[in-house]
Amino acid sequence: MAAAVEVSNLVRRYSPVAGITDVTFSAPEAAVTALLGRNGAGKTTTVEICCGLRRADSGTVRVLGLDPATDVAELRARVGVMPQAGGSGASGVYPAVRVEEALRLYSAMYADPLPVDALLEVLDLQRVRRTTWRRLSGGEQQRVSLALALVGRPAVVFLDEPSAGLDVHARHTTWDLVRELRKAGVSIILTTHDLAEASVLADHVVIIDGGRVVATGSPADLTRDASTDGLRFEAPAGLALDSLDTALPDGATAHEVRPGHYAVGPRVDPDVVAAVTAWCAQQGVMADNLTTSGQTLEDVFLSLTAPEAP
Amino acid sequence: MTTLDLTPGTGAAPRRHTLAAQGRMELRLILRNGEQLLLTLIIPITLLLLFSKAPIADVPKPRVDFLMPGMLGLAVMSTAFTGQAIGTGFERRYGVLRRLSTTPLSRPALLGAKTTAIVLVETLQTAVLCAVGAALGWDPTGSAVPVIGLLLLGTACFSSLGLLMAGTLRAEATLAGANLLYLVQLGLGGVAFPLTDFSGGVRRLLELLPLGAMSDGLRHVLNQGAGVPLHDWATLTVWTAAALVAASRWFRWD
Repeated sequence: MAAAVEVSNLVRRYSPVAGITDVTFSAPEAAVTALLGRNGAGKTTTVEICCGLRRADSGTVRVLGLDPATDVAELRARVGVMPQAGGSGASGVYPAVRVEEALRLYSAMYADPLPVDALLEVLDLQRVRRTTWRRLSGGEQQRVSLALALVGRPAVVFLDEPSAGLDVHARHTTWDLVRELRKAGVSIILTTHDLAEASVLADHVVIIDGGRVVATGSPADLTRDASTDGLRFEAPAGLALDSLDTALPDGATAHEVRPGHYAVGPRVDPDVVAAVTAWCAQQGVMADNLTTSGQTLEDVFLSLTAPEAP
Repeated sequence: MTTLDLTPGTGAAPRRHTLAAQGRMELRLILRNGEQLLLTLIIPITLLLLFSKAPIADVPKPRVDFLMPGMLGLAVMSTAFTGQAIGTGFERRYGVLRRLSTTPLSRPALLGAKTTAIVLVETLQTAVLCAVGAALGWDPTGSAVPVIGLLLLGTACFSSLGLLMAGTLRAEATLAGANLLYLVQLGLGGVAFPLTDFSGGVRRLLELLPLGAMSDGLRHVLNQGAGVPLHDWATLTVWTAAALVAASRWFRWD
């Protein structure tokens, strides 16, 4: 699959300890690529360099084959950007402008924009179309911001935490829209802290930590790890597992991966499941989210981005 | 749910479309802003009425003839400098300029849109002030060409100074600084008080202020039917060039 975004050995330092030190990844065309990382990992800096909002110290970036630092006009005509909401109070929209006015302003900048009325309807914004930006709720501002990123029919769209602050319905509307974009051939670069969102939307995941890429691949690739096959469940933290180990079939052991999250392995079969559920009943605890699949994206993320011990 | 055809588009609209759309937005935002209206129209008209009818200051008679050139200069300064500096400062603060810079709207087009909106507002201000002046008995002389030239050069000068301030200071500092400079130039720029009231050294210094030069030049044309003194053109040109160079060098878009 061709790449919509190619980033190689990107470096942008703000200080000896902040910034990005080595970011390399490729985002396929007509796919959702999720950039994951802790706060300050370098996700937003990477996206800002890809959008031409910031210069890199070194490394190369190509978006649709164009260099964001030099091919500015060509790129801006084909890229949509939804910045992170609320950073230092910077919303990116005139506070006194009405929703429809903002959308019509942005749509006037493109040759064949999306119809504003239809976009307002899809994002459930008709009710507030004459409301000024400053009077919108946080969720409404997020949806308007998404609409502004999409109104120009971009070929690549950068969405920085698009569902932050949205209610459940609005979040699902946003996810549906992202899927529709992918189906229409748009390449989506999604920055998110919501690993469930990344799991359900992303075709490709890039995990950044401490300013460098620590893992890339599809969610299935990243969570497929033979060493972690087994049974997993959630229960109150700190359960004494000696009696469970005794109850388990030969060779199987249990351990608490992190507080309240338990794993039993190295293999799983009906006897292991029966032993675990029986033991939980005996202890008077509920085994929540009991699953026999491998690790989740959250498990992978936590293991790759664990803070260093002091 | 309404379905959208989200297929990628063909690119940017013609440049004149983006310029016109942004220009309309700039104009709408200026006219919608109550504080801006106070600066651009209410204060100059109130001062004109007050100083021409009440013996507040010892100004040459007929009082309205003396006051009108300064008020026209003040109107230009209020829109091109004070209003623009405050508006642009807060656009930076709210991330508006940064977000616009991810769209096909180029920086020259954005500046062009701002300039267009400013010139349109100034045209409205000038028309209203001239109408009020005429009602008060204002009897201007001289050619319109140097007057328009001075108003345009003054716009370029104050606009560059406004952008320099907005692009280098925090929004709150710009708000305070732009209002302070408005008041200082209102008092010392030859608007309501003749600069001849000041002693020689101070007067020569005040004549070097942009508003002092502009008021003086407009007064030479409108009151005496003479040309604009060379030193007024020179003063405004030097301020404009210096502010343009500084703004191009230090203006920060975010």
